[in-house]
Amino acid sequence: MPETIAFLEPKQSVLARRHQIVEDLADILPAGCLISEKRGLVPFETDAFIAYRQVPLAVALPETTAQVAAVLKYCSRYGIPVVPRGAGTSLSGGAIPQSDAVVIGLSKMSRILDIDFANRSATVQAGVTNINISEAVSADGFFYAPDPSSQLACTIGGNIGMNSGGAHCLKYGVTTNNLLGVKMVLFDGTVIELGGKALDAPGYDLLGLVCGSEGQLGIVTEATVRLLAKPEGTRPVLFGFMSSEEAGSCVAEIIGSGIIPVAIEFMDKPAIGICEAFAQAGYPMDVEALLIIEVEGSEAEMEAMLASIIEIARRHGVKTIRESQSATEAALIWKGRKSAFGATGRIADYICMDGTVPLSQLSYVLKKTAEIIDGYGLRVANVFHAGDGNMHPLILYNINDPEDAARAEAAGNDILRLCVDAGGCLTGEHGVGIEKRDLMLHQFTQIDLNQQMAARAAFDPQWIMNPSKVFPLEGRPVA
Amino acid sequence: MSMDFEPTSEMEAADIIRQAAGAGMALAITGGGTRSGFGNRVRGEQVLTARKLSGIVSYNPAEMTMSAKAGTPMVEIEAALAGNRQMLAFEPMDHRGVMATSGEPTIGGVFAANVSGPRRITAGAARDHLLGIRFVNGSGEAIKSGGRVMKNVTGLDLVKLFCGSHGTLGLLTEVTFKVLPLPPAAATIVAFGLDDAQAAAAMAHALSMPVEVSGAAHLTESVRYRFVGSSHPEGAATVLRVEGLPASVAVRAEKLKAAFAQVAPATVLDHEATEKLWRDIRDVKPYADGTQKPLWRVSVAPTAGHQLVAALRLQTGVDAFYDWQGGLVWLRMEADAEADVLRRFIKGLGGGHATLVRASDAVRAAIPAFEQEPASVMALSARIKEKFDPKGIFNPGKMG
Repeated sequence: MPETIAFLEPKQSVLARRHQIVEDLADILPAGCLISEKRGLVPFETDAFIAYRQVPLAVALPETTAQVAAVLKYCSRYGIPVVPRGAGTSLSGGAIPQSDAVVIGLSKMSRILDIDFANRSATVQAGVTNINISEAVSADGFFYAPDPSSQLACTIGGNIGMNSGGAHCLKYGVTTNNLLGVKMVLFDGTVIELGGKALDAPGYDLLGLVCGSEGQLGIVTEATVRLLAKPEGTRPVLFGFMSSEEAGSCVAEIIGSGIIPVAIEFMDKPAIGICEAFAQAGYPMDVEALLIIEVEGSEAEMEAMLASIIEIARRHGVKTIRESQSATEAALIWKGRKSAFGATGRIADYICMDGTVPLSQLSYVLKKTAEIIDGYGLRVANVFHAGDGNMHPLILYNINDPEDAARAEAAGNDILRLCVDAGGCLTGEHGVGIEKRDLMLHQFTQIDLNQQMAARAAFDPQWIMNPSKVFPLEGRPVA
Repeated sequence: MSMDFEPTSEMEAADIIRQAAGAGMALAITGGGTRSGFGNRVRGEQVLTARKLSGIVSYNPAEMTMSAKAGTPMVEIEAALAGNRQMLAFEPMDHRGVMATSGEPTIGGVFAANVSGPRRITAGAARDHLLGIRFVNGSGEAIKSGGRVMKNVTGLDLVKLFCGSHGTLGLLTEVTFKVLPLPPAAATIVAFGLDDAQAAAAMAHALSMPVEVSGAAHLTESVRYRFVGSSHPEGAATVLRVEGLPASVAVRAEKLKAAFAQVAPATVLDHEATEKLWRDIRDVKPYADGTQKPLWRVSVAPTAGHQLVAALRLQTGVDAFYDWQGGLVWLRMEADAEADVLRRFIKGLGGGHATLVRASDAVRAAIPAFEQEPASVMALSARIKEKFDPKGIFNPGKMG
């Protein structure tokens, strides 16, 4: 296992008090809400960034905001690091603990508190899964728009922590654009509420700052999210091309022409093969690149929009066009796409990059990515949100071969630097976590980061909240 | 006050700010000055304006992004966008009418005040379209946050924090934002004669239909003729906008009209009439009246708007109309500002906030323009302010 990304040195003073801390937490929490036995802690040692593992000191599974507050108050009093956790699906290591940390897991806070169709909002506890929200309101014709691929498992609390996106955010925006308010607990146990059912709030946009702050500013326990009316119909269509460049330039022309479909997803040949083997979605196997373009609306609207898109695709040499003929086929098409990461995990270990680039750079970055991967003697599958330039090269490697793992990590870093140099950023929706932490100075100056860290310190002056993440370990303010 | 500071480069701005911080000199941060009515009176010794940090830096229509220096006039931005059939989807309001100001609004001012318009209910606010910023903080350091791509979660989102900070955290020098294609077609469905509560229900119903309403306003009887002419039926006008491809707009307008026709006489306005109507709603035309009557902008849950107005009417002379499905209430008080009553009622209706957008100097001196946050949040905001502007030189007093 590679250990090139360092965690903060564990605080010996905390480790030495482990028994006392566990006893105290047991007093604070109800029975069944604390895990301290080694066997019970192991499932919490990593998240979906499986190359790194750290067994935490203890795991607290509070049932109420008051219990979250009590645990945080206790931890801040003794300077104990805290790592918040939703479903543990972070691809950037955002939920990986550290040996001196108490994990606060929100899995027991999974109730939907209020659904208000007239105001198009839902208030839910942080441990509610993403898909649960849409399922709860679907029969009444509504949905919650952000749809990360892990939506069956991931929680709204985690989505807020990472400002998660998904395939449909081309039209509907990411989490921060669909979040109306939160209840959260600060490092010292103070409970605050930001936002609410009104569309905007007075004062500084602290809600905007909290969304995507990767568990560094506090722990969100409740969220009020925006509901949208479901479209009359949706239809994903498959477009197969003989080169990635053709697919890339087709995307650029669709967007440039003023058409904004709900989603434009891209897969290259290796990704098509992997996903088709898993989902049998009917993806064409004889093409080099595949676009899944989804349109929505009434039958007439979808027809009109598709006609324009097909005309553009023809200009870019599209080889295969396949419209889904039924809801079942449409579901299969999305099943294939959304299981891309899981299906890849069945054939190899992988790390998933998340850089975003300006649309004009898509083809160039794809080509350079292939060169970088070749240079390291690795394999890659590309599957990503093309409409907004959010790329996901999956670098395949063998986790049990330390040299292979080190090569994969190095290749990943090269690709992310490429994205930044092309005018993009390190991460579009997965978060910095530990994975990209040490690349932050490639995108920001130390002065830029100092300002972010100062804002962080306004929330958590002790730096106990998820402290090993986001900001490079060097250059931090001296406590 | 001596001559204004008018830096022409970010570096020059940083020098000025560094010196001001060293001398402990308070700066009044402005752009075009057309939104000077926002906030409390600033205790500034010297004006620092972004007006001469001007010009579009980059605009790539196919990528749907634009970067511009903060002092770039809105007319310049809008002309460039119109040339490519694009727009700012959040429809920023022009405050010159209601605030009785003159001059040119700037793009930096739009974002610093998080100014949005009717399309905010579906397209989001200014803050949802701002992708990246450059600014100078209170120590004179030039800093960037965000970027120029649509999706970006790299590091803390200081971009959101700046949107709506009214120049109290730093001097914005450059902004990068999302732009969207202009809808090729648009129409407005108007229903006549609904009372406020009926209108709220009708708008909620419309927003639950799969027709992508992009504007929902209720123009009460007292203001309705400023928007919709007398050739139509009498009474208040409840208006719903649909936009998109011509075929979609026609189909959706029909569906909405059919839904409305069950409760009230309804008609459909064409594209041109739609553009004019929503520009007038955006700019709060009835209250751009040249008076200093207290004008409030109230943001509440959509179904609470009409309840608030009904309660106020029993207490005081008030004129009002609604945007954002009823969640944005424009209130003009006939005499006193009634801040305490208003803010107490808002709390009682489940929360929200009221911003005093216009009033006489005497009234403004006595009433905090922005709603006070709860103590714990206020303490947090104060710590944030201190981290960006440790000497407290930017727009002191404006938001506090």
